[in-house]
Amino acid sequence: MRTEAATGVLSALWVLIALPLAGAAVLLLAGRRADRWGHVLGCLTSGTAFVLGLVQFFALRATEHRSVTLHLFDFIPVGDLKVDLGLLFDPLSAVFVLLITGVGTLIHVYSIGYMEHDPGRRRFFAYLNLFVAAMLLLVLGNNFVALYVGWEGVGLASYLLIAFWYDRPSAATAAKKAFLMNRVGDVGLAIAIFLLFAQLGTVSYEGVFAGVDKLNTATLTTVALLLLLGACGKSGQFPLQAWLPDAMEGPTPVSALIHAATMVTAGVYLIARTNPIFDLTHTGQTVVCAVGAITLLIGCIVGCAKDDIKRVLAYSTVSQIGYMFLAVGLGGPAYAIGIFHLLTHGFFKAGMFLGAGSVMHGMNDQVNIRRFGGLIRYMPVTAITFGLGYLAIIGFPGFAGYFSKDLIIEAAFDRPGWTGWLFGGIALFGAGLTAFYMSRLYFLTFLGKPRWTDDVHPHESPRSMTVPMIVLAIGSVAGGYVLKALGLFEWLNPVFGLAPDEHLHAERLSAAAVTAMTLVVVAAGIGIAYAMFLRRPVPVVAPAVTNPIVRAARNDLYANTVNEALFARPGQYLARALVYVDSRGVDGLVNGLAAMVGGTSSRLRRTQTGFVRSYALTMLGGAVLVVAALLVVRVG
Amino acid sequence: MNTTGFTVPQLDYAALLPMLVLFGAACLGVLVEAFVPRPLRRPVQAGLALLALVVSFGTVVLAAGTQTITAGRAVAVDGPALFLQGSIAVLGIAALLLLADRTSDEQPTEAFPLVLFSLGGMMLFVAANDLLIMFVALEVLSLPLYLLCGLARRRRLLSQEAAVKYFLLGAFASAFFLYGVALLYGYADSVRLADLYRAVGSSGRSDALLLAGLAMLLIGLLFKAGAVPFHMWTPDVYQGAPTPITALMAACTKVAAFGAILRVLQVAFLNTRWDWRPVLIAVAMVTMVVGAVLAVTQTDLKRLLAYSSIANAGFILCGVAGLGPAGTASTLFYLASYGFTTVGAFAVVMLVRDADGEATHLSRWAGLGRRSPLLAAVFTFFLLAFAGIPLTSGFISKFGVFAAALDGGAVALVVVGVIASMVIAFPYLRLIVLMYLSEPVPDGPTVTVPGAFTAASLALGVAATLLLGVVPGPLLDLANRASEFVR
Repeated sequence: MRTEAATGVLSALWVLIALPLAGAAVLLLAGRRADRWGHVLGCLTSGTAFVLGLVQFFALRATEHRSVTLHLFDFIPVGDLKVDLGLLFDPLSAVFVLLITGVGTLIHVYSIGYMEHDPGRRRFFAYLNLFVAAMLLLVLGNNFVALYVGWEGVGLASYLLIAFWYDRPSAATAAKKAFLMNRVGDVGLAIAIFLLFAQLGTVSYEGVFAGVDKLNTATLTTVALLLLLGACGKSGQFPLQAWLPDAMEGPTPVSALIHAATMVTAGVYLIARTNPIFDLTHTGQTVVCAVGAITLLIGCIVGCAKDDIKRVLAYSTVSQIGYMFLAVGLGGPAYAIGIFHLLTHGFFKAGMFLGAGSVMHGMNDQVNIRRFGGLIRYMPVTAITFGLGYLAIIGFPGFAGYFSKDLIIEAAFDRPGWTGWLFGGIALFGAGLTAFYMSRLYFLTFLGKPRWTDDVHPHESPRSMTVPMIVLAIGSVAGGYVLKALGLFEWLNPVFGLAPDEHLHAERLSAAAVTAMTLVVVAAGIGIAYAMFLRRPVPVVAPAVTNPIVRAARNDLYANTVNEALFARPGQYLARALVYVDSRGVDGLVNGLAAMVGGTSSRLRRTQTGFVRSYALTMLGGAVLVVAALLVVRVG
Repeated sequence: MNTTGFTVPQLDYAALLPMLVLFGAACLGVLVEAFVPRPLRRPVQAGLALLALVVSFGTVVLAAGTQTITAGRAVAVDGPALFLQGSIAVLGIAALLLLADRTSDEQPTEAFPLVLFSLGGMMLFVAANDLLIMFVALEVLSLPLYLLCGLARRRRLLSQEAAVKYFLLGAFASAFFLYGVALLYGYADSVRLADLYRAVGSSGRSDALLLAGLAMLLIGLLFKAGAVPFHMWTPDVYQGAPTPITALMAACTKVAAFGAILRVLQVAFLNTRWDWRPVLIAVAMVTMVVGAVLAVTQTDLKRLLAYSSIANAGFILCGVAGLGPAGTASTLFYLASYGFTTVGAFAVVMLVRDADGEATHLSRWAGLGRRSPLLAAVFTFFLLAFAGIPLTSGFISKFGVFAAALDGGAVALVVVGVIASMVIAFPYLRLIVLMYLSEPVPDGPTVTVPGAFTAASLALGVAATLLLGVVPGPLLDLANRASEFVR
């Protein structure tokens, strides 16, 4: 893909990152002085970045190659390693910039109301700004190292925000868990970058992608799998999915922005960005598809059994990102479909999280959907916007998810060989399950009879919260059609090495057949949910069940148990063994050496008697030695 | 016997001016001592001495680039000589500032001309092209030092004992030196370095004369440098002497001694290097190890710094054993940068005081970081420089001498050197731990506010240690350009 140097308004690309970064710095450094106006500054930097991103987006459309690079400075010039910090603005990063700053700004505005009574609101906005800056660096960097810096930056912001209420042990634990599990993935990403540098001598996208065809298959597959490991960690994909539901301990706007709309999609971005690598390794692509398929099933199954409104949404996020992974794993025209689903998901999932936050706001921060019910009468705006998001995620015809998810199912069926039937079947089944558990969530929360605890007085949220919800709801309704009509595929395809007008031509099953099948399973899912949760009274305590599948689903499919048995416990044993070796072996050696030096020192010290005669004798002895040594060498 | 009588040698006054200024000012200082009334003596003496050193440094700068042998071929003014003379002048200023400060235990005013004589002797020592002139310079620099060591006002007995020890052992070492000169004269019929160089190989006399003479000469020089096994005087003298004089010895005397060692070995005995280099390497190893190991158990700060200076003598010998211009350049750089750090460290020692003078016992320094954070930070910085931590001059200079030794093929020496620098990092770090992590002693020493002179000297030390660690380029270039001896 050809690129050109940034000029005009595009040479101000760095301002996109600098604005929220400066905002974070000011908010963190100014301390309490900024308490009164901190949230306004936070919204302003994010909003300005959005406007600037929009201007630059149109400027990019006007350029010849629709891809510009901006060299900033030599980042790391050490020996053979030369990393120039530069920014790359192309169709892919452009849509991410608009998503991040657009949804980010809405959520900043929402947080003004949501965090109004929280004493740490300024700190919250500082972290949000920090997140936006890091995420923008992640998608704008023109090399793997810049991506990695952004990658770690969003990890840090995510950690800080999950643990925002750090005095709650559950939040602190969840943050630690997220950080550690992300670290597992980050190691993969780091090693992949090392490998690429060792093999190709460069870390810039341009250099790497130009040289990947020179790599042998084994190296390529290894790099692809390591990149996938990194992507799995950040995006909460199997087997590293367990941190994402726990991350809901953070404030709800954080869940909406970071753990639904933007950061967790970084894995999808990574795979889409490194498409030249994945295109060359069929094994790698198959693994990506498999991870996506497994994860989307896990998300759906666990989502059916959870009673915590945010956790259901979290598992639905896990599952929807599984769809995106499946899409980018399919390659070809499906890359753009994956990004398409990422964008529509960004709208409807962020909208639903904000809706969940609004519900919690009105219900004394309760999260148990078994104690909700009938809220549509008391918070109509929330219920309607949430409902529009719900229709979008289940793929109701005409809504955003309908366009993007159907295409993924269609593309999955079209994969050659038996894997196409498998992945397509899973994706189709997942659509039915999604319809079921999302209907369950919606019915239990907004419809039916109230099952509230005694002390709640549900009410609609303030304007600053409902307006972003309405905006996002409009996106959930129209996003799919509009993005497609505006030519998102034509816009994105060149990034993936395709002709702009290349579309998915399903050969195995026609688009109409897939749509029909999907509608049938979705209708079945809704119908079952209706029968189970609207026709019958709902117990306020989850009934004890003996069904092993339900029990497993309630326990997150034992993911935590597996993690603990496979990783945590052996890790503990290893750590204990190493401590033993360290304290007995290494310390023993070191202390022994130190004792030896000390002992020698005390013994030698005794020669320093203070008597001139003994000093002179030492000198004489030394003199004899020196003279003898010189003479012996030659004469002797 | 030449019957035409004594002829006056040609003198290149421009090249000799740095030394002449110091000697002239020293003589003037003696007159001041005799004729200026007592209350005025101190400022006059201090001002005169500082002025003389500044002027002397100026003349060194003016003479930069000179490559000449003058005064009847007895004095060689070349790159290394001028670099070392410049270092001696600047380090002399730093040490003299400590001596002149009112807050220190006031030394008698006679100290100033003595210091000037000694510094003048050092400058001649590093420029001597003739073993007899070198011996004269050795005595000119040593005798005032013996006296200066005994001038302490407090702990007078310790100070006088140090002076006597230094004098006796110094005389012993001088005898070795002189005997070496005699043997070499017997070998080459001359005491000029260039003649010795030519005589090696062409003289018909026994090589035993040459080698024994060289060995004796080296012993005399290594004594001044404080190398093992001729180091025994160092801790006693460093501890007993007044601290400004200790700083002077640790910085300037070291520069002079190594300057002379470099000149003798490179100019006169370059062709016998395969004989003396193994011995020099062995001495360097022993010096580093003994200095480092003994520093571990010291309980007195000045003794600790003395052993540190012994270990540093070993590190500098690594550069000398590296041979060639790279070895010379790295040695020159080390001498200059180490001098600044060590004067600064002794300046800190002067400021931490008890009722009866400086509190040099380590236990008294516990918790100093809490009571005087700035002073503790400055001292920590010096200690880190001694330990050779990056971003200090200590790192660059250690790296330089080790690299030079490695280039010269002395791998074992470098291995021992690195181990020794690890060992000696321990006492430095322990001191840092003591200052910051220990509870302060209840009736701890007071930290005097430094007077303007001491503050200036400290600032010079900190600035040089930091600058030479961060931007060592200019001085390294200078040392590289000044590494050619004239023969």
